[in-house]
Amino acid sequence: MDFQVVVLAGGTSKELSPLVSKEVPKALLPVANRPVLSYVLELLELNNLKDVIVVVEGEDAALRVGGWISGAYVDRLHVEVAAVPEDVGTAGAIRAIAHHLTATDVLVVSGDLVSDVPPGAVAAAHRRHDAVVTAMLCSVPVSGPSESGSSGPKDKTKKPGRYNIIGMDPTKQFLLYIATGAGIEKDTRIQKSILRAAGQMDIRSDLMDAHMYAFKRSVLQEVLDQKDKFHSLKQDVLPYLVRSQMRSELFLNGAPQAVQADEIGRDKVGSQSNHMMQSQILANASMPSFHELYSYGPNGSAPVRRTHKCCAYIASNNKYCVRLNSIQSFMDINRDVIGEANHLSGYSLSAQNNIIHPSAELGSKTTVGPHCMLGEGSQMGDKCSVKRSVIGRHCRIGSNVKVVNSVVMNHVTIGDGCSIQGSVVCSNVQLQERVTLKDCQVGAGYVVSAGCEYKGESLARKEK
Amino acid sequence: MGAQKKGAARVSEDPDDLARQPLQAILLADSFATKFRPITLERPKVLLPLVNIPMINYTLAWLESAGVAEVFVFCCAHSRQVIDYLENSEWYSQPNFSVKTIESHHSISAGDALRLIYERNVIHGDFVLISGDTVSNMSLTQALQEHKDRKKKDDKAVMTMIIKQSKPSPITHQSRLGTDELFMAIDPNTKQLLYYEETADHSKGTICLDKMLLAENPSISVHNDKQDCYIDICSPEVLSLFTDNFDYQHLRRHFVKGLLLDDIMGYKIYTHEIHSSYAARIDNYRSYDIVSKDIIQRWTYPYVPDVKFCGNRATKLERQGMYRASEIVQSRSAQVGPFTVIGYSTRIGSNTKISNSVIGEGCTIGSNVLIEGSYIWDNVTIEDGCELRHAILCNGVVMKAGSVLKPGVVLSFKVVIGEHFVVPAYSKVSLLPQPTVEDSDEELEYADSSSGTVELSSIQGTVDQSNGKISESSEVHKSELGTGGVGYIWATSEGGHEEEWRHSVAPIPADKLAEITQAVNDDQELVTQDGTVLTPAGEFVSDTNSNVSLDDDNEDSKDDSVYFEKEVEATFLRAVEENVKVDLVILEVNSLRLSYNMTSADCAGAIFYSMMKLALKTPHSSASELQRNVANVITTWQKLLKSYLPDIDEEIEVILKFEEMCLESAKDFSPLFARILHVLYDKEILQEDAILRWADEKEDADESDKVFVKQSEKLIQWLREASEEED
Repeated sequence: MDFQVVVLAGGTSKELSPLVSKEVPKALLPVANRPVLSYVLELLELNNLKDVIVVVEGEDAALRVGGWISGAYVDRLHVEVAAVPEDVGTAGAIRAIAHHLTATDVLVVSGDLVSDVPPGAVAAAHRRHDAVVTAMLCSVPVSGPSESGSSGPKDKTKKPGRYNIIGMDPTKQFLLYIATGAGIEKDTRIQKSILRAAGQMDIRSDLMDAHMYAFKRSVLQEVLDQKDKFHSLKQDVLPYLVRSQMRSELFLNGAPQAVQADEIGRDKVGSQSNHMMQSQILANASMPSFHELYSYGPNGSAPVRRTHKCCAYIASNNKYCVRLNSIQSFMDINRDVIGEANHLSGYSLSAQNNIIHPSAELGSKTTVGPHCMLGEGSQMGDKCSVKRSVIGRHCRIGSNVKVVNSVVMNHVTIGDGCSIQGSVVCSNVQLQERVTLKDCQVGAGYVVSAGCEYKGESLARKEK
Repeated sequence: MGAQKKGAARVSEDPDDLARQPLQAILLADSFATKFRPITLERPKVLLPLVNIPMINYTLAWLESAGVAEVFVFCCAHSRQVIDYLENSEWYSQPNFSVKTIESHHSISAGDALRLIYERNVIHGDFVLISGDTVSNMSLTQALQEHKDRKKKDDKAVMTMIIKQSKPSPITHQSRLGTDELFMAIDPNTKQLLYYEETADHSKGTICLDKMLLAENPSISVHNDKQDCYIDICSPEVLSLFTDNFDYQHLRRHFVKGLLLDDIMGYKIYTHEIHSSYAARIDNYRSYDIVSKDIIQRWTYPYVPDVKFCGNRATKLERQGMYRASEIVQSRSAQVGPFTVIGYSTRIGSNTKISNSVIGEGCTIGSNVLIEGSYIWDNVTIEDGCELRHAILCNGVVMKAGSVLKPGVVLSFKVVIGEHFVVPAYSKVSLLPQPTVEDSDEELEYADSSSGTVELSSIQGTVDQSNGKISESSEVHKSELGTGGVGYIWATSEGGHEEEWRHSVAPIPADKLAEITQAVNDDQELVTQDGTVLTPAGEFVSDTNSNVSLDDDNEDSKDDSVYFEKEVEATFLRAVEENVKVDLVILEVNSLRLSYNMTSADCAGAIFYSMMKLALKTPHSSASELQRNVANVITTWQKLLKSYLPDIDEEIEVILKFEEMCLESAKDFSPLFARILHVLYDKEILQEDAILRWADEKEDADESDKVFVKQSEKLIQWLREASEEED
């Protein structure tokens, strides 16, 4: 498939501090003891999309991610790692690496996506309709927030849902309206012209834009060139393309004026006639879409309007699809991949429904409940209890320790009598005796002194 | 389980009781509209023949077959004619189907009608609300059952609206029936109606769904491809709702909108979509044409000409969709084309060509006549060599030899077209002169009834009395319809000739279509430019969302302020005309201000604007005269203006407004700026502080902005000195 994949792996995202740090960029955050980026890369590999550019914000982070990838994926994928300055936004990131893009279509995936929705299906839907953009939509996850950035972990209590307001045609193939971010809190304004063309629009607020897009490369580049203020693919580029689909402004300069409507956006490079045939065959398989009907004049005369298509691929409900963009979602994903979505992590559950590395040592009367994970070389003392938690590699855990609904990363030392609930403990942390943590995040290398109790706090070393 | 249910039902007897109630219907035999003028000046719309059968018969026949036991026919305009017709028809003698009439002379809207019916206390259960110009063959069983089931579960579900798939033309934004396009939002699961908009206002490029709507429903379907059939199944609460809300007039515009917006009472409206059956309301001439064609092409079976469903005359269906009644005298050389209906004892001359037309009873059509797509009612005489395309000819019309009707012509009763006269396209011709007293737009909607009846009965008397008299009067108007012609060509209403094609019997001409297509394209560009639907690239700032939202809000308030200004101006002008007391005007403006949520500075600006407009409109020949006008207006209304100027800020607003006017809408004032400013100062409308502050504010402005400051420099100078002296 002539698809290039761009994985936007981000940098050291602020929302996830203290989990991320200079040493651990977002892409390398462990999910069930594997970097989160590996989930995306393996998903791509599975779909035979092997031409991948991983875009990382910040040189340091890029080096780290690159180092890890070259170790893990040598011979498996053709991965390039590109560094872009921080805070350029997703659109800026694509702009910065535009010269690397050569294929007809580009698949842009967020590096924090943990999903089993096949990107190949998204790409196929994109090709089938000859769309300029195809967005993957999934149902809103049951728990946890949030829109990236706009809401922190505080909004946990907010009722689930409402990430996007999405309008689709009745066949659920085309995207007619999309509101993200602040837009969803306002009254929904729908362009009559699109409604007139489509006849009916189903507006859903129970779907979420999962940040996996297939773009027509030429269109993406043109939009990014022309609209240099566009900052985010999700909040600027996609809504723009959706809004303007009935009056496409694309290719008004450059391409000859008399371009056929359905030829708009077709790449001039490559075997065009062949391509034409192919898309015609595909197009004939279904009814002409309203875009074509609309683009023609009253009597089926020559096309009078330029249109382009924005498609949607809706992941079926039994697929898993969550983005790791908040601490809450980090915990949710960790819990899920060793629980109900364990097929993603690639580990197989034991008879007790948990994953305990053979080299891990458990003391007497220590119980590890179902949906738990204990990494390689970790040791636990006596009378410990672990429930629905992930414990990383080479951790030393004393006796009488309770770990519930938490994530403990690698090389963590936990003293006797600690109780950890709903918390994230990063690598190299030392918890001395009788520490009680509830809903806390402890940054890498932090030392919690004996007997401390914390609730709902974020603990981290001061940056040097 | 079953037994238990029965027991439960017995306890709460009501719902089952309702189910056992015979089904009732309210048939509104008045459309409360003027779309069928001039014909409806002489005969009520429901009695107009549709394929040779008065419309009301289609509605009644359908109601009977749909299982309705009792119909209340609400007659208003020409109520006598409707009642007489029904009394002589067989509807009064049907078993199991009773037709009762309710007569009113005061109702001017559907709302009034329903309030009156509520007072009569005749409706006891669910009822079908329909207007007497509806043709349908749908089965009510399912819709009725759905309505009842919903009602049992939720007693706020008071109405079920029948809708049908029909996509409006993307070019004209009209449905096939010539009605304005309709935007509806429906919950796809429950079929609850959430939004309804049928305005012809194309200026707004977007529809706006309230955010609460989406918060409550995860999924909503917005439709542009549905048609409202105007058949409603209502619970008795609907009538009381009309009584509670005495300002509800129009069924859709007020009642439906009112219920959708009102979330306190929480009444709900649901929809029922029909797929294979027919339902359409004749709203205008276009739908008259379309529904007639549908009847001829048998979409409305069994309500077709060759089936006797209301004592219509026997008509035989021949090949190619030709219907012929008996006793037709037709010349051998006459060609009668497909999809044509020819009524009883009509004569057709030689070499006459007729296609896609309906011809009534007892018509005489001469030789070499061409009739295409026209509707000719009873006893019409068409002499030799006439040509008609897409016209409606009412009873008794005479077309003298060689006359021609261009597409879209409507000839009302007994009009005579002179020899070789060519009636221009879209003309409406009547024996009655066009009513001149058409008050405001709003009244026009409902005017048909009250003013119509009185005026008509008298005129009709004269018409019937003596033909001599008519010919006498026609002498005067001879020129209007050719030699021997009788009747008045009505001037097209303010809507203008351009809109005439929208609702005409004639199909939309191709060049018009092309023109609109062009216009639509331009329109869209416009919408995108000022509607912020598509913010131009340049305006996009990285923080897109908040920015766009700001624009949107501004846009809204701007819209509002324009409307507000217009309303204030209208109020003011009315006050001037009718000599309303200042106190009352203040009261009215205050209420406007509250409803638009404006500040008193806005009011001051708007009032000042209206005053200046008034002064400008008062005839004047020179600048000095204009200035005198301004002074007069200001003197008369200074109390009004003053009451909105509590503070200096408002006064500055007035100056700014004035400046804006001088630059834009009323350039005539610009040379007088300084002088008028002085007048305002003299009349103590503006304090010196306000003027000085304004001048100070303008200090740093662009040169172009300072024109008026410069002009009034003298005054400012003088004021400054005066204030210094005081100090």
